Amino acid sequence: MTGGELHRQLGLADDELDRIVETLGREPTREELAMYAAMWSEHCSYKSSKVYLRTLPTEGPVVLVGPGQDAGAVDIGDGLAAVFKMESHSHPSAIEPYQGAATGVGGIVRDIVSMGARPVALLDPLMFGPLEEERNRWLLAGVVAGIGGYGNCIGVPTVGGEIRFAPPHSANPTVDVMCVGIALADGLVTAASRRPQAGSLMVLYGATTGRDGIGGVSVLASAALDETGEGSRPSVQIGDPFAEKLLIEASLELVERGLLEGLQDLGGAGITCAVSESASRAGLGAELDLDVVPLREQGMEAFEILTSESQERMLAIVRSSQLDEVRAVCERWGLATAVVAELVEGGTLTVRHRGDVVAAMPARSLADDGPVYERPLEPGSSPDGDDPTFRPFEGDLREAFLTVLAAPNVASKRWVFEQYDSVVQGQTLVGAGSDAAVIGVPGTMKGLALSCDGKGRFGALDPYLGAAHAVAEAARNVAVTGAKPLAITNCLNFGNPERPRVMWEFAESVRGMRDACVALDTPVTGGNVSFYNETGDSAIWPTPVVGMLGLLSDHRLRVPSAFARAGLAIYLLGDTFAELGGSEYAEAVLGSLGGRPPALDLEKERALLDLLHAAASDTLLSSAHDCGDGGLGIALAECAIGGGHGFAVAIEGDLPPHVALFSESASRAVVGVTPEHEEALVSLASRHDVPAARLGETGGPRAAFDGLFEVPVVELIDVYEGSIPRLLGETA
Amino acid sequence: MGRTTPRVGVVTFPGSLDDRDALRAVELMGGEGVSLWHADHDLRDVQAVILPGGFSYGDYLRCGAIAAHAPIMEEVAAFAQRGGPVLGICNGFQILCESGLLPGALIRNRSLRFICREVWLRVETAGTVVTGDLTPGETIRVPIKHGEGQFLATPDQLARIEGEGLVVFRYSSRHGVTGDEHNPNGATNHIAGVRNEAGNVVGLMPHPEHAVDPDVGPTGGQAVFASLLATAMARVGA
Repeated sequence: MTGGELHRQLGLADDELDRIVETLGREPTREELAMYAAMWSEHCSYKSSKVYLRTLPTEGPVVLVGPGQDAGAVDIGDGLAAVFKMESHSHPSAIEPYQGAATGVGGIVRDIVSMGARPVALLDPLMFGPLEEERNRWLLAGVVAGIGGYGNCIGVPTVGGEIRFAPPHSANPTVDVMCVGIALADGLVTAASRRPQAGSLMVLYGATTGRDGIGGVSVLASAALDETGEGSRPSVQIGDPFAEKLLIEASLELVERGLLEGLQDLGGAGITCAVSESASRAGLGAELDLDVVPLREQGMEAFEILTSESQERMLAIVRSSQLDEVRAVCERWGLATAVVAELVEGGTLTVRHRGDVVAAMPARSLADDGPVYERPLEPGSSPDGDDPTFRPFEGDLREAFLTVLAAPNVASKRWVFEQYDSVVQGQTLVGAGSDAAVIGVPGTMKGLALSCDGKGRFGALDPYLGAAHAVAEAARNVAVTGAKPLAITNCLNFGNPERPRVMWEFAESVRGMRDACVALDTPVTGGNVSFYNETGDSAIWPTPVVGMLGLLSDHRLRVPSAFARAGLAIYLLGDTFAELGGSEYAEAVLGSLGGRPPALDLEKERALLDLLHAAASDTLLSSAHDCGDGGLGIALAECAIGGGHGFAVAIEGDLPPHVALFSESASRAVVGVTPEHEEALVSLASRHDVPAARLGETGGPRAAFDGLFEVPVVELIDVYEGSIPRLLGETA
Repeated sequence: MGRTTPRVGVVTFPGSLDDRDALRAVELMGGEGVSLWHADHDLRDVQAVILPGGFSYGDYLRCGAIAAHAPIMEEVAAFAQRGGPVLGICNGFQILCESGLLPGALIRNRSLRFICREVWLRVETAGTVVTGDLTPGETIRVPIKHGEGQFLATPDQLARIEGEGLVVFRYSSRHGVTGDEHNPNGATNHIAGVRNEAGNVVGLMPHPEHAVDPDVGPTGGQAVFASLLATAMARVGA
C-alpha cells in the first residue's frame, strides 16, 4: 500500500493529511498516520459538531466540571459531587449486539471512575426498529442481554433508560448508556486539580492489549455501515466485566489513598488517546515505550498497540516515589501494571518501538488541535402527511385507548428491566419504569433523580422542537419526583454529517437544546455525538437524548408516580391543546407521521417545574406523573396500573374527547392530592400561574372516563404488561 | 457495643458485588460487620460468616467453582464444622454447593435470562440459624437477581433433602401457595434455599440483605438477619 492510499484507508481526508504534514514539517510515518486518523476521527475530535457544541450553556453555580473531561460533575452539597456522562455504542451494537452493548457499559463506567467517582447508577436509553421484524427482536434481546451481562457483573445498578421503537432504527439501533457516580467534591481527579508534573510516570494497568477493536473509532463509529455490517465485526471489542470490577475497585483505592496525579480510561483510540490527552491537559509531552505494554498476542505492530481498543485498561499518572505503592494496590486486585510512559517538558509525544522512534508529534496536535469543520447545511422539509390533529375521529374510543396503551413505546418495559440488577448497592429508592429513577446518596438524606429522554418523532417533524422537548420532558420527569433539575449530559444521535440535511438537523437540535437548557437553568456538563447512524439512504431520525440529573434535598420527600390509595383528588396541571402531531395516537391508531409536534413554551415549563418542586417540598402531593407519551388518558392509566387503584374522571372542555385524551401537549403533569391539601395545591398553582383542573378521584377497580368508557384496572394491567412479551412471542 | 455486639464477617472474593450491602444490612440490624478477604486464612474472630452475592472470579467456570477453593473457604469449612453459622446468598449459595457444604447445584434459569424482581418465599423450617425468628408457613418478601438460580439435585439427594426437611425456603405466592407461576427460575420443588443437617449452614438464591431497609425495598430480610444475629450473639465469648 502506498502512502497516498493509506491515509484514506484510515479515514483521513486529503486536506487532513496536508495539515499533518504541515504540523510535523515532514511526511508522517505509518504510526503517526494511524494516531492522527484515530484522534482526528469524528468520534474523538468532534470535528463536525464542535462549532455547534460551543454554543451550549455549560456553566452555572452547581457545575464543578464541564465538558472536555471524561465526565461532567455537579455540586450536590455535603462536600459531594455527582459525576455523570452519556455515550453511545450504537455502531458496534448493530453488528454484534451483546458485545457492542456490553462494552458500551464498560466504557462509560471507566469514564466515571477516571474522575475519581464510584459509579452508582446506569441508565440505558435504547431505540430499535419495530418488533414485528425478526432482526429487531434479535437486536433487542442481544443488546439487553449484553447490558445485563456486563452491568450485572460489576455491581452497578441499572435503574432506567427509556426504550423506543421506530422504523428508521431497524438498520441502525441507537444504544446509549449513561453512568452516574459520586465522589468527594475536592477529591475529583482532573488535570486542573492534580497538576501532573514532568517526570511523573504513566502506569498502564488492567487487561492486556490485543488486536481487538483496532479501528473502532475511525472505521466503526465514523462511517456509515454497509447493509449488514458483517465485514466490520472484527472491529468490535470484547468485554470482560470481571476485569472491569477489579479495575473499579483498584482505581478507587488508588484515588482514596491519594496516590494519583491523573487517571484516564482507555477507550476510543486506546493508548494514543489516553497518553496524548493526559499530556496535553497537563501542558506537557510524553515519552511512550510500546515495548513494555503487556500484549495479549505476539508480533503486534506498533500501530496496532497504539490504536488497540482492548477493554478494561486504565492509565494512571503517578509520581515515581509512589510507584511501589500503586503497584501493590493493583497487585492486591490481581491487575498487571506497566510503566509505559513518562511526562516530559516540551509538549512532544515521542513513541518508541523495538528501539526506534516510530512517532514524534506535539501531544496537543493530536488531542486538541484537530480539524474543525463548518459543514454545509440544508434545511429539511417535514415529512409528508396531513396533520392528524384535524382528522375526525372514527371508531371506538375505548379500543383506541387500549391500542395506544399497548403501543410498544408506551407499554411496560418490564421484560427489559427485569434483566438488569437494579438493587445492588442498596440505594435504589425508585427503579426503572417510573418517570425518573431515584438513588440515595450514601451518608446523607439526599437523593439523585435521573431520567433519559429522547423525542424521535417530534425530532423528525421539527429537530429544534424535538431537542427542546427532550430537555423539557427529562426535566419534568425529574421534577415530578420532587427533585430540582440541576444539569444534563447528552448523546446526540444523527446520520451522516457530510449530508447537508443531516447537518442542518444537528444544528437545529443543538439550538433547541441550548434554548431549553438556558430557560430551564440546566447547563450541559458534557456528552457525546454519534454520527453516521445510517445505512444506504436511510438515516435515523434526529435523536438527541438528554440525561437529566436532579437533586432531592431529602429523599423522604420524594413523590411516587402512581395512585397509591383511594380517595385522592386528581388534578391536571397545565393546559391541553389540540396537538396530535407526532403523538403515540397518531402513530398507533392512524399510522400517521405528519403535522407539527406540540408547541413548547419554556416559561410555562419552568413554572410547572417550580410548582412541582414547591408542592413536593410542602408535602402536598401524594402522587405526580409526567403527562407525556400517549397523552392524558395514558398518564392516568399508568397511575392506576402502578398503584392498583382505579379512578373516575370527567374530561371537560371544548376539545373533542379523543384530542383531550391523546394530545401530547407539553408542560403538564397528573397529580394525586389528599382532600385536605387540595386548597393549598390550587392556591400554590395559581401563584405559579399554572392551571390546575380537578379531574376526579381515585378509587374503585375501574378506570372510568365519565360519559366515554371504562376499563377494569386488571385489564389495563394485562394490556400494558403483556404487550411486549406478546410481540416477542412469549406469554405475559 | 463491644462484647454485646455480635461480629458478622462478610467475605469479599474478587468479583463479589453485594459484600458492602451485606455489611450494611448487618449494621442496620444491630450487628458489627467485619470485612473478610478471600486470600486470607483469618476469620477475624467473627461469630457468623456471610458469603455474599456477585460473580466471584467472574464465574467463568461454573458459578462458585473457583471461590470454593479460595484460602478463606478452608477456614469457613472448619468454622461450619464447629457449628458456626454460615449464610450463603446467591453466589454465596453457589459457593456452598460447590464446596460440598450444602447439597444440590444451581443451573441457568428456565427462561435462560437474568431475572431481577421481588418474590415471596415460604418459610419451611425454623430450625436454622437464619429462621429462628420465623414460623414455618410464614411468607417473606425479598428480591432475587440471578441468571443461574435454578436449584437442581439428583433424585437421591432430593429424596434426602425433602425427607430430612432440609428445604428452608420455597418460592410461593404471597399466601404461601407454591406453583410454577410463582417459581421464577424453574427450581426443583420450588426450592429457593436449603440447609445442612445441623441447620448452621444455609444457602439461598434470594437476597435478604436487600430487604432490610424499608426506604429501598421490602423488609422480608429483617427477620433473617435478626435470626442470624441472635444465633451469633449466643456464640459471643463461646
